Amino acid sequence: MTELLARLGQSGIIFLRHLGRATTLLLHILSSVGEVLRRPRLLLEQLFSVGVLTILIIGVSGLFVGMVLSLQGYYILSQFAAEATLGVMVAASLVRELGPVVTALLFAGRAGSALTAEIGLMKATEQLSGLEMMAVDPVRRVLTPRFVAGLISMPLLAALFSALGVAGGWFVGVGLLGVDDGAWWGQMQARIDWNEDLLNGVIKSLVFGFACVWIAVFQGYNCLPTSAGVSRATTRTVVHSSLAVLALDFALTALMFN
Amino acid sequence: MSLTVGTQGGGAPDAAAPGSVPLPGDQPPLVRIRNLHFSRGEREIFSGLDIDIPRGGITAIMGPSGTGKTTLLKLIGGQLRPDRGTVEVDGLNVHALSRQELYRLRMRMGMLFQSGALLTDLSVFENVAFPLREHTALPEPLLRKLVLLKLEAVGLRGARDLMPSELSGGMARRVALARAIALDPMMIMYDEPFTGQDPISLGVLVKLIRQLNDAARLTSILVSHDVEETNAIADLVYVISNGKVVESGAPAKLAASGSEWTRQFMQGLPDGPVPFHYPAQPLEQDLFGEKS
Repeated sequence: MTELLARLGQSGIIFLRHLGRATTLLLHILSSVGEVLRRPRLLLEQLFSVGVLTILIIGVSGLFVGMVLSLQGYYILSQFAAEATLGVMVAASLVRELGPVVTALLFAGRAGSALTAEIGLMKATEQLSGLEMMAVDPVRRVLTPRFVAGLISMPLLAALFSALGVAGGWFVGVGLLGVDDGAWWGQMQARIDWNEDLLNGVIKSLVFGFACVWIAVFQGYNCLPTSAGVSRATTRTVVHSSLAVLALDFALTALMFN
Repeated sequence: MSLTVGTQGGGAPDAAAPGSVPLPGDQPPLVRIRNLHFSRGEREIFSGLDIDIPRGGITAIMGPSGTGKTTLLKLIGGQLRPDRGTVEVDGLNVHALSRQELYRLRMRMGMLFQSGALLTDLSVFENVAFPLREHTALPEPLLRKLVLLKLEAVGLRGARDLMPSELSGGMARRVALARAIALDPMMIMYDEPFTGQDPISLGVLVKLIRQLNDAARLTSILVSHDVEETNAIADLVYVISNGKVVESGAPAKLAASGSEWTRQFMQGLPDGPVPFHYPAQPLEQDLFGEKS
């Protein structure tokens, strides 16, 4: 029992130590955001690497998720002769929940893991130490552009996911299952609220993006500079980000939709 | 240049410590390390280390693997913080400086890492241009000329468009050397520059380090356990072990040292004060006795 308590205590101390380091790193990153914005080339390079290269997986996933939603929704709604509301169901599911959440999970797997591996390898190959010895702050030069790029990319990717999801849902619902085209768009226009649905979805994707990219850069910067250390950090990025996104989603949903 | 160096055990050869190095023009040493203590976890790396690095020469820090030679460079560069003691570079206490002051000091230091530490997403040209772009506002034509001159100095002007992945180990270190001298530093620290080099690359590096040091009037700190190559170019050698300076002096003097430990290290003898066998119970007991 005593040993169990001691282990719990030790785990708690380690967690707090990591949280402290991560917070210090975050403050350092935030303090150098202005400088990164003054050097847009650094940011553009990272927007390409973090955002543009993630578009394919987000787009394809959005399309298929929308198609599946439409199929499943039609099956249920048609039992109540309510298939005209299929568009609303698909769009609301996407912009409120699936868009931000699935995008964040895919973002953590594609861009987050790549960020951690890249920063971790830079550490393992002494590139970060090299920057320090050249009087260049590696946090300002390497981490902050990636952090800001992730923060900008996430809401845009989530919007793309939702848009392509609606398109996929339309293709199945209207194109294949025969739902009325006017009802699909009309109901959607009437029922989807700007603040309640769209804005809340954007806020969610911003929060998820912040969490994912913070975890990714911290894990890369804090990893052991060995191949095993980088590998473990990359795994931790995906696991921690996914758990954080799901927990934050519950908290935000509870707050937003009461 | 010539430096006459005193030999002693366990300390820096300066006015305060036993033995002394007559420095050119009686200038104070560029790097002065006093009573340095540093540990990693339970393991003590340095326990009261005293070292002086005179200006204008090549000072080698030698010792077996794991004695903290690279750690010492990181302490001098302010990347690590000592448990106790002081490290002064050009009169400045490295660990008492603010972040900005430390970065200003580092702009006057160059460091050649064992791996080269080149930025892998930049070409050779851009790697050498990197510190200039970060710290100066030079117009592009002037920056290009400077970079090409630095690359010419290490013989790699023709490799300017290659990526780091296309370079051999020796070439990568030469590019890193060109980058280290890009801002015309007052000193360069070399971390194991000869490790894993073929004989030609080795010869090139040895020659380059000496030539650059003399031509640019640098101060060089060379961390290595390659005795022959280091002795060929060093003006002063510190041999460290168990967290302290075992002996220091000119290479020729150390080669003729009476210390068994120094002789074993300098001549690469397999057995001596540093035993060939890692401590263990007798072989007979291990083979025929009970399992421990």
